[in-house]
Amino acid sequence: MSFISVFDVIGPNMIGPSSSHTAGACVIAFLAHRMIAPPIVRADFTLYGSFAKTYRGHGTDRALLGGIMGFGTDDIRIRDSFDIAKERGIAFSFTPCLTETDVHPNTVDIRMENSAGDTAEVRGESLGGGKVRISRINGVTVDFTGEYSTVIVVQQDTPGVVAHITRVLSDRGVNIAFMRLYRESKGRTAYTIVESDGRFPDGIAEPLLSNPHVRDVMILEP
Amino acid sequence: MDFKSAKELLELCARENCAISEIMLRRECTEGETSREDAIKRMARALVIMRESAAGPVYSPVRSMGGLIGGAAKKLSGHAGSPGSIAGGVLGRAMVYSLAVLETNASMGLIVAAPTAGSAGVVPGLLLALQDCRSLPDGAVVSALFNAGAVGYLAMRNATVAGAVGGCQAEVGVASAMAASAAVELMGGTPEQCLTAASTALTNMLGLVCDPVGGLVEYPCQNRNAAGAANALVAAEMALSGISQLIPFDEMLDTMYAVGRRIPLELRETALGGCAAAPSACARCGG
Repeated sequence: MSFISVFDVIGPNMIGPSSSHTAGACVIAFLAHRMIAPPIVRADFTLYGSFAKTYRGHGTDRALLGGIMGFGTDDIRIRDSFDIAKERGIAFSFTPCLTETDVHPNTVDIRMENSAGDTAEVRGESLGGGKVRISRINGVTVDFTGEYSTVIVVQQDTPGVVAHITRVLSDRGVNIAFMRLYRESKGRTAYTIVESDGRFPDGIAEPLLSNPHVRDVMILEP
Repeated sequence: MDFKSAKELLELCARENCAISEIMLRRECTEGETSREDAIKRMARALVIMRESAAGPVYSPVRSMGGLIGGAAKKLSGHAGSPGSIAGGVLGRAMVYSLAVLETNASMGLIVAAPTAGSAGVVPGLLLALQDCRSLPDGAVVSALFNAGAVGYLAMRNATVAGAVGGCQAEVGVASAMAASAAVELMGGTPEQCLTAASTALTNMLGLVCDPVGGLVEYPCQNRNAAGAANALVAAEMALSGISQLIPFDEMLDTMYAVGRRIPLELRETALGGCAAAPSACARCGG
């Protein structure tokens, strides 16, 4: 059982009204916005289950958009995130999907586009109490929470890449808490997700990128 | 330093000769790897947010996102002290503050979940009212929040605080138990009396279903926060008088959890039954 802090009970400090529908939504989008190079110019959200039914009354839409702009769950600007996004020139849309029911009740798909024209798609699930799970990146099934320092390596599925990653991390004294590998299919794009207890040392991305089969490195600090 | 049950918590209090709040603070330092100063500072920040969220709507009411609530805290505050008011003192204030926090929450204001957003009014409601009426220093209330945290932690660890799992008894019921225990410590009661009060509070809310109209954290959530604070006051006052209870807090948590699992799905935050299915509620939410 993971540690329950007194601040998990008296907390989180959050913009209401719901830890799952507001705070959790914000956390998912916050994690997503770290998975594409800034600046984001467009964000399209598809909402499932209870998110799709009650997103307006819970401010799920405002919280998602706030998270995309890097707002934390206790950032009062979430309330005005529509106006702030318009000022920043970010286009956005929300589409409830009530036909697909084979998903966690509080699920969102986020499609982001940056000014360079790159796109990224992230699926997140809000598990309650502000806790979340990222369950898909660009169509590949993954599983991590963002509660730990997390590095996501986008690579070609080929021998030696994982050894390269662990060598870089061990050379810099990183203690790996969890490490998992996900792939589209054999030989195609794969994702290595490493979670660590402490913050990653600065400049960790460059040596990871030095392997020719590594395409991108994303670092998410809690 | 850690504990897994109310029984172990009381043993630690006896062994270390200190209050529940002190044990919870030490636990946070050793198990949470933080310093005493940082933990206290963080809790003091929570108290500041609680106070702001309890004060705002008393003066300037705000309409909720879903439009089902707004203005109740101001109305109740204006009524207090009038000839027609029947709930004075700590109770009257606790009600106002509880309603206000839920109003802040439902209008996308900043609150502290305690233990959840939907039950966030209960703990600050009672503790801030006690602070006002007894002129207690902030430090004492910050300590009391660690006491409340200990009770809520046991509920999270050994039962549930999710309405979708255990109904409103797991949210407002647990919040009420937290507030009752914290109030007893704040008034100089023993650790045993704290957990007796927590047990009483949970007993009185056993079986309460979670039936939010329109699926929103508004109605009847706001009313129930005021009821949870009032119930905590009843439980704390009884414990402080020396009245003991048949069922210890650990057993009440098990009982609440067992009852929660037997509550039908329609009455666990799905908005398919209870108040949510009443004709007038359906009319307001267009289905």
